[in-house]
Parts: sequence; C-alpha cells; structure tokens
Amino acid sequence: MPPDPQIALSTPVGDSVKQTTCYMCACRCGIDVHLKDGPDGKPRVRYIEGNRAHPVNKGVLCGKGSAGIMQHYSPARLRAPMKRVGPRGSGQFEEISWDEALEIATGWLAPIRKTDPKRLAFFTGRDQSQSLTGFWAMQYGTPNFAAHGGFCSVNMAAGGLYTFGGAFWEFGDPDWDYTKYFMLFGVAEDHASNPIKIGIGKLKKRGAKVVSINPVRTGYNAVADEWVGIRPGTDGLFVGALIHELFRTRQIDLDYLVRYTNAPWLVIEAPGAADDGLFARDADGNPMVWDKATDAFGSGKAADIQPSLSGTHTLPDGRSARPVFELMAERYLGADYTPEAVEERTGVPAEQMRKIAAELAHVAFREEIVLDRPWTDWAGRKHDTMIGRPVSMHAMRGISAHSNGFQTCRMIHILQILLGSIDCPGGFRYKPPYPKQTPPNLLPHGAPGQIQPEMPLGGPHLGFPHGPEHLLIDADGTPSRLDKGFSWDAPISAHGLMHMVINNAAKKDPYSIDVLFMYMANMAWNSSMNVGGTLEALTATDDTGAYVIPKIIYSDAYYSETVPFADLILPDTTYLERWDCISLLDRPISEPDMVADAIRHPVVQPDRDVRGFQEVLIELGARLHLPGFINADGTPKFPGGYPDYITNHQRKPGIGPLAGWRGENADKACVGDPNPDQLDRYIENGAYFGLKLDPGHAYFRHANRGYLDWAIEKGIRLSPEPTIFQLYSEPMQKFRLAAQGHGDRQPPDRARARIEAHFDPLPFWYPPFEEQLVEGFPLHAITQRPMHMYHSWGSQNAWLRQITAANRLYVHTSVGRDLGVQDDDWVWLSSHLGRVKCQVRLMEGVNRHTVWTWNAIGKRRGAWGLDGDAPENTEGFLLNHLISELLPKGGGGYRYSNSDPLTGQAAWFDLRVKIEKAESGGTEPLFEPLGHASQPPSPDKLAYGAEWKEPAE
Amino acid sequence: MTTLPTRTDKKLGLVIDLDICVGCHACVTSCKEWNTGGYSAPLTDYDPYGADPDGAWLNRVHTYEIANDHFTGTVHFPRSCLHCEDAACVTVCPTGASYKRAEDGIVLVNPDTCIGCKLCSWACPYGAREYDHDQGVMKKCTLCVDRIYNETLPEEDRTPACVRACPTGARAFGDLGDPDSTVSQSVNDRGGFDLMAEMGYKPVNKYLPPRKGTDRAPVTNVAPAPEQTGSPIEKLFAWADRALSR
Amino acid sequence: MHPAYSVILFTTASGAGYGLLFWLSLAHVIGVLPLAGWQFLVAICSALALITLGLLSSTFHLGRPERAWRAFSQWRSSWLSREGVAAVATYLPAGLLTLLSLFGVSGWLSLPLALLSALGAVATVWCTGMIYTSLKTIRQWHHPLVPWIYLALAASSGALLLCLLIAFAGGTARGAATLALLALIGAGGLKWLYWRRIDAETGRFSADMAIGIPGVQRQLDPPHTRPNYVMREMGYQVARKHARDLRRMVLTWGFAVPGLLLAFVAVTGGLAPVLAPIAVMSAGAGLVVERWLFFAEAEHVAMLYYGAERA
Ligand SMILES: Nc1nc2c(c(=O)[nH]1)N[C@H]1C(S)=C(S)[C@@H](COP(=O)(O)OP(=O)(O)OC[C@H]3O[C@@H](n4cnc5c(=O)[nH]c(N)nc54)[C@H](O)[C@@H]3O)O[C@H]1N2
Ligand SMILES: Nc1nc2c(c(=O)[nH]1)N[C@H]1C(S)=C(S)[C@@H](COP(=O)(O)OP(=O)(O)OC[C@H]3O[C@@H](n4cnc5c(=O)[nH]c(N)nc54)[C@H](O)[C@@H]3O)O[C@H]1N2
Ligand code: SF4
Ligand code: SF4
Ligand code: SF4
Ligand code: SF4
Ligand code: SF4
Ligand SMILES: [Mo]
Repeated sequence: MPPDPQIALSTPVGDSVKQTTCYMCACRCGIDVHLKDGPDGKPRVRYIEGNRAHPVNKGVLCGKGSAGIMQHYSPARLRAPMKRVGPRGSGQFEEISWDEALEIATGWLAPIRKTDPKRLAFFTGRDQSQSLTGFWAMQYGTPNFAAHGGFCSVNMAAGGLYTFGGAFWEFGDPDWDYTKYFMLFGVAEDHASNPIKIGIGKLKKRGAKVVSINPVRTGYNAVADEWVGIRPGTDGLFVGALIHELFRTRQIDLDYLVRYTNAPWLVIEAPGAADDGLFARDADGNPMVWDKATDAFGSGKAADIQPSLSGTHTLPDGRSARPVFELMAERYLGADYTPEAVEERTGVPAEQMRKIAAELAHVAFREEIVLDRPWTDWAGRKHDTMIGRPVSMHAMRGISAHSNGFQTCRMIHILQILLGSIDCPGGFRYKPPYPKQTPPNLLPHGAPGQIQPEMPLGGPHLGFPHGPEHLLIDADGTPSRLDKGFSWDAPISAHGLMHMVINNAAKKDPYSIDVLFMYMANMAWNSSMNVGGTLEALTATDDTGAYVIPKIIYSDAYYSETVPFADLILPDTTYLERWDCISLLDRPISEPDMVADAIRHPVVQPDRDVRGFQEVLIELGARLHLPGFINADGTPKFPGGYPDYITNHQRKPGIGPLAGWRGENADKACVGDPNPDQLDRYIENGAYFGLKLDPGHAYFRHANRGYLDWAIEKGIRLSPEPTIFQLYSEPMQKFRLAAQGHGDRQPPDRARARIEAHFDPLPFWYPPFEEQLVEGFPLHAITQRPMHMYHSWGSQNAWLRQITAANRLYVHTSVGRDLGVQDDDWVWLSSHLGRVKCQVRLMEGVNRHTVWTWNAIGKRRGAWGLDGDAPENTEGFLLNHLISELLPKGGGGYRYSNSDPLTGQAAWFDLRVKIEKAESGGTEPLFEPLGHASQPPSPDKLAYGAEWKEPAE
Repeated sequence: MTTLPTRTDKKLGLVIDLDICVGCHACVTSCKEWNTGGYSAPLTDYDPYGADPDGAWLNRVHTYEIANDHFTGTVHFPRSCLHCEDAACVTVCPTGASYKRAEDGIVLVNPDTCIGCKLCSWACPYGAREYDHDQGVMKKCTLCVDRIYNETLPEEDRTPACVRACPTGARAFGDLGDPDSTVSQSVNDRGGFDLMAEMGYKPVNKYLPPRKGTDRAPVTNVAPAPEQTGSPIEKLFAWADRALSR
Repeated sequence: MHPAYSVILFTTASGAGYGLLFWLSLAHVIGVLPLAGWQFLVAICSALALITLGLLSSTFHLGRPERAWRAFSQWRSSWLSREGVAAVATYLPAGLLTLLSLFGVSGWLSLPLALLSALGAVATVWCTGMIYTSLKTIRQWHHPLVPWIYLALAASSGALLLCLLIAFAGGTARGAATLALLALIGAGGLKWLYWRRIDAETGRFSADMAIGIPGVQRQLDPPHTRPNYVMREMGYQVARKHARDLRRMVLTWGFAVPGLLLAFVAVTGGLAPVLAPIAVMSAGAGLVVERWLFFAEAEHVAMLYYGAERA
C-alpha cells in the first residue's frame, strides 16, 4: 500500500488577523478576522472566528457570524450616494457625490430647524449608536427621535425598569454558572444570541432543569427538559397561577421581600380621594410601614425595623392603609389565578402548573446556594455569605410583543422576587450599568414648550414618566411627538413608537412633517405592520401631486425594500469597513461581572463610494451648525470624523462614549479625560474594554453598599440609595388617578376607561386587544427568528439563504387534518386586515391554537440582489401583511395603535387568523418588482476561496 | 489508497450531543467558511442569488420531531462524515482519491486525483459526501485536517472549525480510539450511539441521545406548617407574621 | 437514484457490445459462426464500437474525464476499477482478434484470443453488475440477482444483435434467433423475479436507525430549503404508478415484442432481415427504459435523513 498523500497541514490561515466586533446581529461578539491577499494583492476576508478573550462570546460564533464573508461581499451592497429621479418605489436613482448628497440634506434640514424643528422625524432601526443619533437629534431640536425599541421589546425594558431597575432583553443574564432551575418565556433567539446559547449549554451539561414556556417547540425550546406549550398571550395567567401556588403553599422569601421590596409599604385606601392607592408617606416623603418592633409607623426606607406585611393600619390622618403584600396576596390568592381557573385559557394543565410551582419553591428554598463571600448591604450591615436561590428566568418577545406584555413582564418579575432570586447567586443577574432606580431618574424630553427653532432639546428624548406630569402633550392633550409617544395613547412609551411614524406622518396625525430621516430600518417591508398601508403612506400624494411626506432621507448599507422609497440615499459601509462605538451610554456589552464596551474599526477598506453613517451624521451636524458639532467659531468640532467624536466627545465631564483607557495616562476607567490614544488601546485589546467587578460586588447590587458606591464613582449610577423593588408601582396608580378625574392633567374621555383598567399598580392579566375586538379568527399567528438569519438582511447572504430561502406556515397536525392539507399544500391565511397565501408544514410541537412562521424570510422582488424568481419572492411570505398598525374599530370609534396601552409596544403577536385551503400555488400578495437599475447584477456562481487554492498537479 | 488500513493509530472524530444542540447552524456555516478556503477549496455555490441556491457543504443540520416512550420532542441533528472504520466510500473508489488515513482514521478525498465518478457518494449511507459540479470532484468533511495539526494555530485552536464555533458546546472532538479520552468517556457515560449501526460501517463519530427530563420536587400541596383554620389569605398572613417575628 | 443518461447509455450500449463480443467469440471458438471474413470483422467491430461508445459516454459522467486513467489503479477493492481494468483488458484479445480477422488470419491464434475476449466480456459485465450489487446503501441494487441480470441482459441484447448481423449478412438467423430468444426469456424471467423480490421487501433500514433514536415522526426542517446534491442524486424517485407502467413497457418492448419476433424467426427462419431490426429497436427501447428504472426505482438509505421512512 502506498503511503497516504502528503497534505499541507500547517498552512497559515491568512496573512494577518484583525480583531473587531461582529454586526451580523445586535449581539456584538468579538471576532478575529483573518485576512489574506487576493490575486490583486488586496486583502480579502479569509475566515472569521470568535475572539476567545471576548466577554460576550468567549470564542464561539453563531451561524450568522460565521457567514460574515458573504455578508461583507454581498452583491446588494449600495455603491454610492443616490438621489431619486423616478417616482418613489421605481428604484430610479442617480448616483451623486457625497458633497452633493450632504448639500441636499443640509438644504432640506436647515430651513425647518429655523422654523419648526419637529418637522424632522429622525428614527433609527437596528443601530447601536443611539447615544450619537439621540444626541444629534437633541442638538437639532426635534422631539421626533427614537430607535426601534418601541416595536421591539420596550415592554420588557419598561416592565423590568419600573419593577426592579433592570430588565431582561440583553440587560441581565441568568446566573448560568449556578442556576439549577431555569425558566425561559417566549424566546426563540434574543439579542444575547451567543451568551444564551453558551448558557443553555452550561445548564444542560450541569443537569440543571430547563423549562420552556412557548407555544412552539423548536430551538432553545426543543432542548428544554420540560416544554409548556402555552397559548399565546396567556403567560400572565400562567405566572399568576404559579404565584398563587407559592402564596397558597407559603413558599416565599419573606426576608428578601422585607429587605429589598416595597411589600411592607402601606397603600392608602381612600376610594375617591386624589391619593387613593398611593403610598402613605411621612413628613419627609418616605413611604410608611408598620413597624412591629416598636408598634408604630416607620419609614419604608429605614433599615432597622421589623415591618409588618399584613393588617389594616389607621394612618395619623385617620384614613386606613394596607401593606402591598396584603394587596398582592388578595389578588393572587383570589379565584382568578387558581391553576384550575387558568387551565383552559392557557392550555396548560393545572397539575403541571402546580408541579412547576412546587419545583420552583423546592429549588429556591431547599437547594439554596451559599457563597462564602462577605459583602455589606446598603445600610452598612455586614454579611459573611451570599445566599442564592438558584432559580432564574429569562423572557423576551413572546411576552413583550403582546398588548398585555408590560403587565405580564411585571408579573414574571414578581415571581422572581417572591422567590428571592433577583441578583443573587443562581438567580437573575444585572449587567452594569443596571440596576437603576425604579423607575430610572430619566425623564422624557420634548414637551411642546421645549421645542424651539434653532434650539437643542433640553435633554434626551426618551425616559420614564413617573406620572401624568411627565407626558409630552400640550394643554389640550395633543401629543408633541409624531409617534404619539408619551401621550395618553402610550404614556410610558420609553422607546417611542417607531411603528406608527410613517402612517401618522401620512395622515398628518397629530401633524405633518417635512423630512423623514431613517437609518437602518427596513420600514417598507418587514419592520412595519400593514406593509401595503405603509407603502401607500410612503407614496401618498396631496392635491398638488406632491408627496405627503415630502422628503425621505435613508441610510442603508444594502439594497433593501426601503431604499427605493427614499429620495436621498446615504450608503453605509459594511460592519467590517467602519468605526462603531458600542457604548455604556446606550447598549453596552457588559456582563454581570464586568463593565464592558467595544468598538468596531475598519479591518478592510471599502471599494465603493460609501461612508460610515455616523461619520456622515457628524459632518451633517457640522454643516447644520448644530451646537454639539461645531466649535464656537463655527468650525467643525470633530474634523477627524467619528473616531474623533468617540475619543473627544464628553457627555458630562470625564464621561464619553467609551469607558476604557481614559485620562492622559490611559489609566482611568469609566471616568477620565479624553485620551487621544484611546482607540489604539481598544484595537490592541481586541476592540473591547472590560472592567471586572470586585467579587464582593457581584450580587445584590440593588442593595450592595460596595457596588453602589463604586458605581457612582464610575459614573454608571446616579443615586447612592438602594434600588427598591416595586411590586406595587405607584406611577401606574398616578395615571389611574388621572383617569379617575384627579389632577390637572386629564386624559381625553375616550381614554379614561382604558387607562384606568390597564394602569393597575399590581400586575394582572387581561386578554390581548385584538382578540377582544375580532371574531371568526380562531387561531393565533406568531413568528420566530431563525437563529441563522437576522431579520431581512440574512437573505442576501449566499450561504445563509441556502439554509432558509422560503418559509412555511407551521400548523398543528390536528389543524392540518381538519383542513385536509399535507406538507407544502397552499393555504390562505387571513386576519381582519387581509390575507396571505402560503404553504403549510405540519408539526406536533406547537400549541393547537397557534400557527407560526420564520420571521422576515419573505422578500419583495427586486430587493437584496436576488433574482425575481428567488424562493424568497415566490414562496416566502410575511405575516406583517396581516398585522394592522391600528386596532380594529373598538368602542368609541377612535383607533388606537395596535400596541400595549402602557408602553406603546407593538403587539405583533396579538394577531388572530383563520386558515383555508387554497386552490393554487404562488404566494400572495405579490407586489410589483422594485426597480434596481443602479445595482450590478449578482453572480450566478460563487467559488469563494478558489483564489487561494494551491495549483493542482 | 482505496483499501482500508487494517487499523489506525487513532480514531479521530466528533461526538455530537443531541441533548444540547439547538439547531443554530453555526457549525454549518463555520465549516463552510473554513473549508471553502482550506484543503477542499473552494466549496462552490450555484445560483447563489437565484431560484435554486445550492452548493457543496460538508455539514448540515436537520430537525426532526420524535416521540417514543422516553422522549417526546424536537431534535436538531447535525450530520457530517462519520469517518467510518469500515468505510465503503473508500473501498469503492476506483482511483484511490478516497482514502482513510492510517495514522488517525480521517477519511479524505484527494482533490488532485478524484475523477468525480460519484461512486463514493453512492456508497455512503449517511449522505455525507457532496459533489462539487464546478470543480468536478467530491467534497466531504476533512475533520479540518488543516486545522487540527496546524502549527501556525495556537494549540487550543487546533480543533475543527465547527467545534470551535459551536455556541452551546454540543460538539466535541477527540480520539475515540482512546478509551480514556474525554470524548470516549462522554460516549460511555451518556450512552453514545452509532448511526445506522446495522449498516456495518462502524462510524467513528458518535451521537449522545436527548436526556429525559426529570421532575425536581415532589408536589407539596401545603407547606409543612402547623395546620390552622382560616382562609388561605389568613393562613398566609399568620405564617408571614410568625416567620418574620422569629 | 438519479438516472444519469450517460450511465444508462454506457451500461446498455456496452452491455450489448460485450454480449455481442461474447457470442461472436464463443461461436468462433466452437466454430458454429455463420459469419466469416469481412462479415466477422464487421460484427466484431460493431461490438467494439458499442463498447467504446459506452465507455466514452461513461466518461461524460465523470467530473474530471482527463483523469479517467486513474480509475484503473484500485482493482484490489473497487468494482469500478475492476470494470475499467476488465474493459481495457478485454480490448487486448478482442482487438487482436479483430486484427486477425482483418487480415483474415485464423486458427490456433484466434481461438485463445476469442476465448479470452469472451471471458473478458463476461468479466466486464459482471464487474458492472457488481458495482451496483456491492452497494449496501441501495437495497434494490444490493441484490444477488443484479449481476446475473446484467449478464443476462448483455447476453440477450448481444444475441439479438448477432441475429441482426447474421440476418443482414444474409445468413440463416434461426440459430441466433433461438439463442437470443432463450437469453431474452432468461433475462426477462430474472428481471421479473427481481421485481417481485424487491417489491416484497420493504427495506431493512428506517429513519429511526438513521437518526439513532426510535420514534422519528417527521423531518420538521430540512437543512436547506432547496434540494442539494445528495437529494438530487439519491433522492430521485419515480412514482409507483409510473413505475408500474414503465415496467409493463419494459416487459412489452424489451421482452415480449422482440421475443415474439425472434420466435417467428426461430421457427420459420423467414423475414429475419425485416423482423430482426424491429426486434433490436424494440428491445433497445425496452432496455433503456429498464436501465432508467433500475436507477429510478432504487432507494438510497441517505434519504432516510430527508424524510423517507424506510429504505
Ligand atoms: N411579523 C413580525 N414583524 C416584526 C417582528 C416580528 O417578530 N414579527 N419583529 C420586529 C422587531 S422586534 C424588530 S427589531 C424589527 C426589525 O426590523 P428592522 O429594524 O427593519 O431590521 P432589518 O430587517 O434587519 O432591517 C434593517 C435594515 O438595516 C439595513 N442594514 C443592515 N446593515 C446595515 C449597516 O451596516 N448600515 C446601515 N445603514 N444599514 C444596514 C438592512 O439592509 C435593512 O434594510 O422587525 C419587527 N417586525
Ligand atoms: N438570529 C437572530 N437573532 C436575533 C434577531 C434576528 O432577526 N435573528 N433579532 C433580534 C431582535 S431585534 C430581537 S427583538 C430579538 C428577539 O428575540 P426573541 O425574543 O427570541 O424573539 P422571537 O424570535 O420573535 O421569538 C419569540 C418567541 O416567543 C414565542 N411566543 C410567541 N407568543 C408567545 C406567548 O404568548 N407566550 C410565550 N411564552 N411565548 C410566545 C414564539 O414562539 C417565539 O419562540 O432577537 C434578536 N436576535
Ligand atoms: S450572535 Fe452571531 S451574528 Fe450576532 S454578533 Fe454574535 S457572532 Fe455576530
Ligand atoms: S460517513 Fe460516509 S463518507 Fe464518511 S466515512 Fe462513512 S461512509 Fe465514508
Ligand atoms: S468521486 Fe472521486 S473520491 Fe469518489 S469514488 Fe470517484 S474518484 Fe473516488
Ligand atoms: S470537522 Fe471540519 S470539515 Fe468536518 S464538519 Fe466540522 S468543520 Fe466541517
Ligand atoms: S453549532 Fe452546535 S448547537 Fe449549533 S447546530 Fe451545530 S451542533 Fe447544534
Ligand atoms: Mo427587535
């Protein structure tokens, strides 16, 4: 036998490696980009792998990240700035120079800033530079700014921040190393893509129990040890039943409640009074409790008392008050939340709920963890150990994308708190800069009086109202924001309502605008509800034939469905070609043990006439003479562009976009003077900065003296006071009191009942709105994110689209049987808004009343560099055609947005549908193909890597 | 060489834990990305932006629904070459391009001598070989032979691209011929199994089965507290009172 | 399995060629051949032409035809290599035999050459059959009858051609017709038996075995939404009803029609120059369909991963 052939085993991967941050999705993993010279001598990307030292992904990489080469070399990349020359949607563009593009933009934006800055609406989608975009909008002076959070998961953020000063989303993590029991609510993928996968892997290897609550059993939910195939929109009932069981069996962490929550605080009971349902407060404004030790009232904020959790107490003014705990017990021990009462509606057997409640309590209280780690609490009391209740939970859009999501999310947090499992070993852990105060001391800005020509806004747009006094409305209640954020329609819309912007602008409700400026959001397709209606809004004309939305500026990196609808295109680079800053000022990459932020830097040079959007925004800011972007003499403040801004911009003295290597000697973390070499240090360190927390600061940070002091020193916290968990949320009650007629800020009559019902200070469950308003649509319809696709932008990726080039409608086998359909048969799926034609696939692991599909696979012909007959166009479909941005006509005739009534969170998953067999194939609706004359044709074969192949024989 | 080595010094292979795999396709694309520029370069894609996108891949992930007495659920199932000991894909090859390495058992195709007759792909029960029409040769998992011995890589990175990428840690690489190796141990402990053992190819790669979920606690109707009278609310408050006064 | 036209053409044409070569050589050895001189030359050249045509067409199936020479190296294990070696080896005696007949030489030298040619033809066809039979992955192929059917079909198509050549040469075709008829009956019988056998078994392998966990209900998501190489190559499957019709066609055109015509010729000895070509064309058509079906009916176990329940 001849010897095996000799093969080259040690070929170097490439000529060089550069470390940066992935942006195939918002998880922001560290990557090692291996570059190798191509035949033309220019470096090409040879291979992308995870950066082992990186706090987010610790070396691993997901399916998208590993396909980065195809993202970077996508044929759909935009090539140069463009101005529209045909009608909107035609795709007729003329390539122009950057100078001309910025001239045009300045010409559109400067005049309205001089007259009425709110005629600019600036909304951004998937970006992670909100601290810059928000700052820019503030300097411009328009109230109309938000990022995508309002249609994404503001319910999660607000639900958490109003309750315990943290949130799910990517702002906290289960304690993957210690958790023994993990409950996952409504998550298919989430932002913390790799961290969750790493975590689930850890739990499974350790034999911790994973329970998934999800109508669909795929992905993470497939590896769960127990699957609860819940009916969509009913998690509040399910969680309520668990709370009921904990109360009934008296398995609650009372010490924890007394120490860290408002459970003992006394609530005034004075029906009809203006302070009914508010906390009884002493002369100093401290909430009152009944102290058993002294048999007297005490301050709820004092440390050395023994507060009572039950009993009616007569206040000094003669009125009575009861502790929060008692109100809670009454609610959850009531008949509405017994397992039997919720069994049918949730589809979860009562016995299973009882079992899960028993398991939760068992693990929390009988399998507690004790870490020998001394720490000092907020009141200065020393503790030798950290006691953990190793139960943790995580939830995302399965909860938040329902119109009852805020209250449901709050209910989950209450469950966690009753078990004593927030920020303890084995529980749910904050990631700095969380925890914040409950709610955070950050108010929304943009009230009518604050909007002045040529004046910056007084503060950031988005915040957390504590009551009606913080709404952004004028005297007669008209919203000052185009999206009606922070109005009576959505009083605590902490992230705005991006999903309403285009439609409101076209309807001039509440007012018309001049320029719609969007960045990185595919609003003409998958990120809008009612796509057809949105397209009409984008192209609506007035009597003179002029567009109702007169000017649209859009920055995208690729030829998406939205590009043809804009008048001016600012082409962005790919993520490997630009500077980016992932800042503690907006969405940092911190881990529970570590304050961390990161950058992106150009690892390859663009071969097209494109520029990083932030770069362009900064130049535009200077051209518009926006205060933060020019020096006193009118010269640009950041001539070095975005890197200059990242390094030298200061939000407050010593605090800038990046926390690492500040100060002259690069030895300051978080707070310190700008350091001209900062970015070099980041690059040397793998494009991120991480500051480890002291082990004694690792848990109980809401009340950990050491941590609180340290966090203030580091500028990531404002208040030295502990964060007190708000089981009972007083701000809610304030809105409710207004609805009852108290106070000088009154909701319109149509909104009274709605506010009164939904602003319950104690979380409760109510049926999602759509199902309250429509009949004849027996099924729920939801979407899931495929782990290997990021919204719309994965489909241009030659590798990823091979995995999923078309989506099916997954239905339960029994539904399929009743309908007489087999796999791949065509059906009509209709809602109160319209219908789509799609193909079914039968499955067992789905709630019987639910159908679902993969999100954002369906594409419009002409976009993304795909051929017209690509499966994405011919078979792929969106549920968005069925989801209305407005609720069906309810009582009163006013059509509210299809959103959560508290936060304005888009209720994507409230959708109700019916299904019928279709006679023939081909997806519908099928829109006209978009023109794309400016884009080069896509290749019909790829042999990536052939260029480096050693010549054969 | 087409005849199989009588024995191999090592049996390098993968162990894939079906209890953990979430079906994320990271192993799929990292494999594609590494190998399209590596030993098997390129892995051609046809009609990449058109109606019938298809290409040569060395690793693919299926999803099945499964129901039996011990387990009911969805299983994500990654599938690549299993580097069989009795690999007929090797013995059928007329050219010797398909061979099993005597030193480590890796089954490879020599891209310089393969004639693209496709017979080996017919002989593989696992559908693990994919033909590259453009290159005219057969492609298959190389077990990342150009990584695992690559002296230009740091020691810890000398592992297959798919293992390196897998976010959940569902994939492990090692010597399954060594009973003391971590991979052999996990196969032992977890009841690792062969695919289609009945076919007799003796795959080296092993799969670990999904675990059966177990309950964590007995259902307790009432906490072990002295019985008293009253409504559940009264009981709760009495209990809370007592508990806090301790 | 995907029926590749090059492979169908290869196996049918070269099968007929080897069949013809076999009968020519055998008849030559035994000395009963009604063809001689240039007639024999034409006959043996036809055989070699068919063989060569088949072999050439088989290289179209290769991704790298220029490397085809490498296929001769692995005769120790690979039936495909053995087939190649046997095919090439058969050229030697058959070529020499042709040369001899060109120069009209015969006698002691041509006899062993003819014998070797006949043996080579058998060996080559046997190897062809064994390429398929050796594949455990395809139950319809991994069947002991398969190489015999290859031999029988080669023998009958070869005999049919012989009959045709004799008829064209004006010889009496009764003997050849009888031979072809018997071969056809044998081949038809074997094929019929084969179909009964493969229909009777359901496939030893299940999706449960492929995935290794009992109770596989369905493939929920395939790894790719459009067919890949494995699905195109191994997943080709003719519909059952269609297959039945095609089988009937094979029996009719491949066996019944030529069989009846041959029987007529064998019994009456008349009309051979008219009937033989019809029989050849009919059998040729039948044979191509038979070969197409041989692929299209074959189920590969790899498809168990793509939703097949058994294979
Ligand atoms: N039915 C249904 N609809 C949904 C959802 C759902 O679950 N179901 N989810 C909703 C949610 S939570 C969200 S967040 C939205 C997401 O929806 P979008 O925010 O619209 O997300 P993408 O589709 O990824 O579109 C982002 C745009 O950014 C562009 N882009 C990509 N990279 C770059 C870059 O580097 N620079 C620039 N300038 N542009 C770039 C892309 O080309 C694309 O046009 O969808 C919402 N829509
Ligand atoms: N790969 C990938 N990763 C992404 C994205 C992407 O597009 N692709 N998008 C990013 C963005 S913008 C976001 S917002 C996050 C969102 O990440 P996820 O929160 O994971 O969002 P979805 O994929 O919409 O998954 C929602 C899940 O909730 C379930 N569900 C629906 N209704 C209910 C319900 O009533 N109750 C319960 N318990 N479950 C329910 C659905 O079955 C689904 O599994 O992902 C981010 N990460
Ligand atoms: S999860 Fe994947 S796509 Fe997202 S940043 Fe990380 S590696 Fe990139
Ligand atoms: S899995 Fe297939 S290709 Fe790999 S060694 Fe086994 S038979 Fe050969
Ligand atoms: S395709 Fe290549 S490796 Fe496969 S059997 Fe043919 S020559 Fe050998
Ligand atoms: S070992 Fe290498 S070639 Fe094989 S599947 Fe993994 S990444 Fe692909
Ligand atoms: S990378 Fe890991 S978890 Fe993801 S599909 Fe592959 S084996 Fe499964
Ligand atoms: Mo989102």
